[in-house]
Amino acid sequence: MMFNALVHRGRATYAFFERNWNLTRRYWAWEIVWLLYNIVNALSVTFIGAAAEQITGAKVKFDTNSLLLVLVIGTSVWSYLSVTFDGVTDIINMERWEGTIEYTFMAPISRFTHMVGSCLYAVAHGLLFTLIQLLVIAAFFHIDLSHANYLTALFLLLLGSISFIGFGIGAAILPLLYTEKGMQMSFIVKAVLLLVSGVYYPISVLPGWMQPLARISPATYVLEGLRAAIMQGRPLWSPEIWSCTWPLILTGLISVPASVYAFSLAERYAKRTGKLKRNG
Amino acid sequence: MAMQRLLPTLPTSTMADHQEEQDAVLVEEVTKVFTKSRPWLPWQKGEDARTVRAVDQVSLRVKRREIIGILGSNGSGKSTLIRILSTLLIPDSGRVTIFGYDVVRDEAIVRRLINRVSVEASFFKKLSPMENLIYAARLYNLPGHLARERIVSILGRLGIGAARIKQPLEDMSRGMQQKVAIARAFLTAPVLLLLDEPTTGLDPRSKLDVQTFVRELREVHDATILLTTHDLAEAEALCDRVAIIDQGRIVALGSVDELKQEVMRQLGLNVPASMHQVFMHYTASHRITEEDILRYGSWEKAFEALEAMREEEE
Ligand SMILES: Nc1ncnc2c1ncn2[C@@H]1O[C@H](COP(=O)(O)OP(=O)(O)OP(=O)(O)O)[C@@H](O)[C@H]1O
Ligand SMILES: [Mg+2]
Repeated sequence: MMFNALVHRGRATYAFFERNWNLTRRYWAWEIVWLLYNIVNALSVTFIGAAAEQITGAKVKFDTNSLLLVLVIGTSVWSYLSVTFDGVTDIINMERWEGTIEYTFMAPISRFTHMVGSCLYAVAHGLLFTLIQLLVIAAFFHIDLSHANYLTALFLLLLGSISFIGFGIGAAILPLLYTEKGMQMSFIVKAVLLLVSGVYYPISVLPGWMQPLARISPATYVLEGLRAAIMQGRPLWSPEIWSCTWPLILTGLISVPASVYAFSLAERYAKRTGKLKRNG
Repeated sequence: MAMQRLLPTLPTSTMADHQEEQDAVLVEEVTKVFTKSRPWLPWQKGEDARTVRAVDQVSLRVKRREIIGILGSNGSGKSTLIRILSTLLIPDSGRVTIFGYDVVRDEAIVRRLINRVSVEASFFKKLSPMENLIYAARLYNLPGHLARERIVSILGRLGIGAARIKQPLEDMSRGMQQKVAIARAFLTAPVLLLLDEPTTGLDPRSKLDVQTFVRELREVHDATILLTTHDLAEAEALCDRVAIIDQGRIVALGSVDELKQEVMRQLGLNVPASMHQVFMHYTASHRITEEDILRYGSWEKAFEALEAMREEEE
């Protein structure tokens, strides 16, 4: 019986993965537009780095490679974060859009299984998406990656994904509770993360009152860690990396259970007030 | 262990001995009130908070292997009741148990026993029927190869050919989409099937196909079926008992014959009333009494006069 329950869980997890893959395939045009949009965005930001000497009129020789790397890492992490985050909030957004939410919520699976399936896909999708973007960007600029420690980079990205998932589940509560406005609200959560996490600049330039926000955003640590790994080749066990690892473990350990719990409360509330229904 | 005996994947005989006497569905004094949310923004003030009593002190007992119909006007609370049974809405008060399991407390177990078809076919419209149904089947722990076979066979019986099964669902007509929705519920062979206007929008022949399926589900899988419909002939043909619900309250309950006899008696007719008369009688804004009939001459005349009076009042 235990075994049967496990098989069921595995099958349901796969069901979400497969469904989302099918959706990506059917909405392929949208996927390409989005990929292009992200690439163009990343390119134009990275060109700022390439032009830094001309913009500032700096007389001294500028370390363009560092600036380029900072920006490329910023745009890549940002792409990964937004694709994953959207994938997670789609637990609700997409089902509201299609009107299937009542059927998924009525299925004999735990909400946790539902989330694991959707989040696994979101992470896989995000990684692939970002990899393609990175390859295109790399073709445009001469970037010196001789110091990069890829193992550390991958580790931090995956560790950070856990917290991104936690924040994503938290944001998915909004469209669950607010039938119409919820989707826009989850965009705002993402925009705030972009602002405070030091995607394109060190967080030290942020005004003091924003600093605490930067400190609770997992993206801050992923970016700091990735920059240390790729620009300075820091290994996993170095103190610089550890100073990013433990906050990520902490935000992951807190944000995932907390948002899963909050989600279950929101689900009960939605079932009490009749918010699962599509119209009204 | 007791819970696991109820898994639909087990042979039905294992649960039969234990469940024989038990009711499939027991609804006790259930009430659901919806409140229209208060406006957020200052310029939306004025639309004051409004409440709707969608289900009002409803009690109902459905026996195992029974097909029970729920009739009622638009907005009378049929879908709300079905949503409560399918764990999508939590009642404000009262209790619902399905094969002895509480729909709120034991929702995880209840979900394995039920499936529901709603009036709007809810699917991922860009995906094909096959992709949509495989997804649903996996959620109900049906392995892919088995699901594929069943999907082709069920859809085939409902008149959807193999060629359409791989095409996006959005290209299908409304009736065809509804058939796919029905197939989704039949696929998982639920012990309790909740059908909310399953045949609305289907052609007469397809309606019959669905009715045959519903009966078969009872004969072969011992399923209990609760359905709402606006098709009185369908209710008459399919249901062992019919409940009529009006403004959230059950106003009549019995077999079709019992209801016809009762209305015949109340209206003073010589022959049993038609289903149409039964429906009109119990859902009229003013219940038409024998006195009214004497006063106006006949039931129809009394009905017209009272409806006219109501319109004037409004
Ligand atoms: N989720 C909801 N939020 C707010 N009000 C609701 C909700 N669901 C139903 N209602 C209200 O409850 C009442 C009953 O609706 P319900 O959908 O149960 O009617 P119905 O009998 O199924 O009608 P129909 O025959 O048109 O399908 C209606 O007044 C409706 O506006
Ligand atoms: Mg309805």
